[in-house]
Amino acid sequence: MILPQGTQPFVDFATILRSHGFAISPEQTIGFVEAVGLLGPRSMNDIRSSALAMLAVPKDREDEFEALYNAFFFGRLLTPPVAGDDDDELQAHDPGSETVNIEVEEDEEDRGDVASGTEVLAQRVFSSVDEPTVLKNFVRAGRRSLPRRLSYRFQNNRHGRKLNIRQLLKSSARTDGDVLTLPMLIRKRRMRKILLLIDVSASMRDQSDSYIRFAHTLAQTASFFECFTLGTRLTRITDALKLKRAEQALSRVTEAVADFDGGTRIGDALDAFLNIPRFVGSARGAYVLILSDGLERGDPAKMVDALKRISRMSWQLHWLSPLGNGAQYKPTTDALLQAADHLDHLSGAADLNVLCENVLMNARAA
Amino acid sequence: MAVKSNIAGIGSPEALQQALIGAQYLADDALATAAYLGLALQKPLLLEGAPGVGKTEAAKAIGSILGRNVIRLQCYEGIDAAAALYEWNYPRQLLAIRQAGDAYVNVYSDDYLLSRPLLEAIRAPADNILLIDEIDRADQEFEAFLLEFLSDFQISIPETGTVKAGQRPVVVLTSNRTRDLHEALRRRCVYHWIDYPDAILEAQIVMARASSVARDTANKVVAAVSAFRAEPLSKPPGVAETVEWAEAATLLHSQGNPWPAAFKRSIGVAIKDQDDLDYLGSQVDDIIGGVAA
Repeated sequence: MILPQGTQPFVDFATILRSHGFAISPEQTIGFVEAVGLLGPRSMNDIRSSALAMLAVPKDREDEFEALYNAFFFGRLLTPPVAGDDDDELQAHDPGSETVNIEVEEDEEDRGDVASGTEVLAQRVFSSVDEPTVLKNFVRAGRRSLPRRLSYRFQNNRHGRKLNIRQLLKSSARTDGDVLTLPMLIRKRRMRKILLLIDVSASMRDQSDSYIRFAHTLAQTASFFECFTLGTRLTRITDALKLKRAEQALSRVTEAVADFDGGTRIGDALDAFLNIPRFVGSARGAYVLILSDGLERGDPAKMVDALKRISRMSWQLHWLSPLGNGAQYKPTTDALLQAADHLDHLSGAADLNVLCENVLMNARAA
Repeated sequence: MAVKSNIAGIGSPEALQQALIGAQYLADDALATAAYLGLALQKPLLLEGAPGVGKTEAAKAIGSILGRNVIRLQCYEGIDAAAALYEWNYPRQLLAIRQAGDAYVNVYSDDYLLSRPLLEAIRAPADNILLIDEIDRADQEFEAFLLEFLSDFQISIPETGTVKAGQRPVVVLTSNRTRDLHEALRRRCVYHWIDYPDAILEAQIVMARASSVARDTANKVVAAVSAFRAEPLSKPPGVAETVEWAEAATLLHSQGNPWPAAFKRSIGVAIKDQDDLDYLGSQVDDIIGGVAA
């Protein structure tokens, strides 16, 4: 489409914002151009105000917006990406690809005791053991106790507070208009979405096996379930875990996850998760459970910021660490200490029993 | 480009800013621009910010300058379409059926319809502005339901048909950002983040809202509140708390309490959380002593 010459820079600016991960629709771009035209523009500030208002720039990304705005309108000119020019971010948005590579910062400092930032690609072979009893029990208890939310559909229930007028009129027609009983309705309850994020780095070597088995059980129990592994990569393993037979599912997980027992970059992995709209949707209104020791190798601020964002969009954000059991666990890493304010629950779950109990108990309490 | 306008007489953000001052609301340039764009382009205005920064008051002030009633839909977890759109008046319908006997009676007419805020707003869009308050408290499903409403401004009532707004109503949504709103909702709106005002503007707000408060008192209260906000409190005082604290301290002072004591005795108006008071401890005295000196 050929645009009037005067509007091209504004469309280009919106394109550049979009290429930097801002969710901007064509409708918003049109609104932005309209707003600039409506205001004059009498000054550069009119363009900035129009962009902020019409492109709905979130508060926590205002600094990023300012940098791009200053670069585009005042300094070095950025060009919109050419179609087909694949960079890392475009690769992350590719619906066919379930694995997202995380870029490594060169000047990282050591922050975890046994955490490593090195990308070691390794696959895990799961031992073929029978499903532990605790997981079998979890399936039974989970169907009753996993968190639920109110649905928009109604069902008959005599304790309801809403009258089922259709049924009432139908039954009263049979009795010449006399009302003998009042059929009442109640809102149905549906299982909440569950998002499970499992750290599979080297420091989690002892637990990642049982955590993946737990994830498979949860996938069989919950109605709406998503699961990702975090390491040097972010890998979606939901489809693998949906397979009913545990051996098949674990074998598929082995094929999918290439960074078992590698480095730890939780902040980068969570950031990558948040930058992919189809992944982010799984956290919205969900019960989010992170299984990790929190030994962050990257920048703690990045992890804290990512958790803050997930906390705002999720229903509950729980973090269970394998470095202790229950309330005895006390976070020691900088990243986890700073992030604690944004978590609804933080405790230890070193063994599978405690993990299952914790999930069921917290779900009930929430 | 076809830009429609429903704000006759207000031709620029500056004119809107002046009009808002007339309605006792002091808006900064960015808020005035966002509100002006929302009104001129007939898009919903989404205001986000910490509790107590004046989001709801902004909607009321816009209603006041447009001479329209504010219809408020207060959102909460579990709010459903019936609470937002309409409900049938079942007791009245049953009574009508009984009274009619064998005769025909249409129980699905406007006489039996209880309008809720969204339906009220689209039935008389020229007389009302719709305030959807604290949308972040509502469930995701309700947010999704609002998408359709905010796009077409029409409501389908299965028994009677579709009600469509004759003109686009003025809609203001507010959110405390306890959770992120969906991108689809954000992109239908003109967005503005209301931050805490700077000290000069906040002192002006205090004096505009509480005429009994002296300039010196307003400045001191604002300085103290700014110091409290710098602390990691779970409920930092908003602008509303600043105004109320200034009023409360002025009232106590007029009853014979000297200044630092008047501030200290009314601290509960500004800090409304015991954990926050415990956290601040002796800092409260230091901060109040510092600004009162």
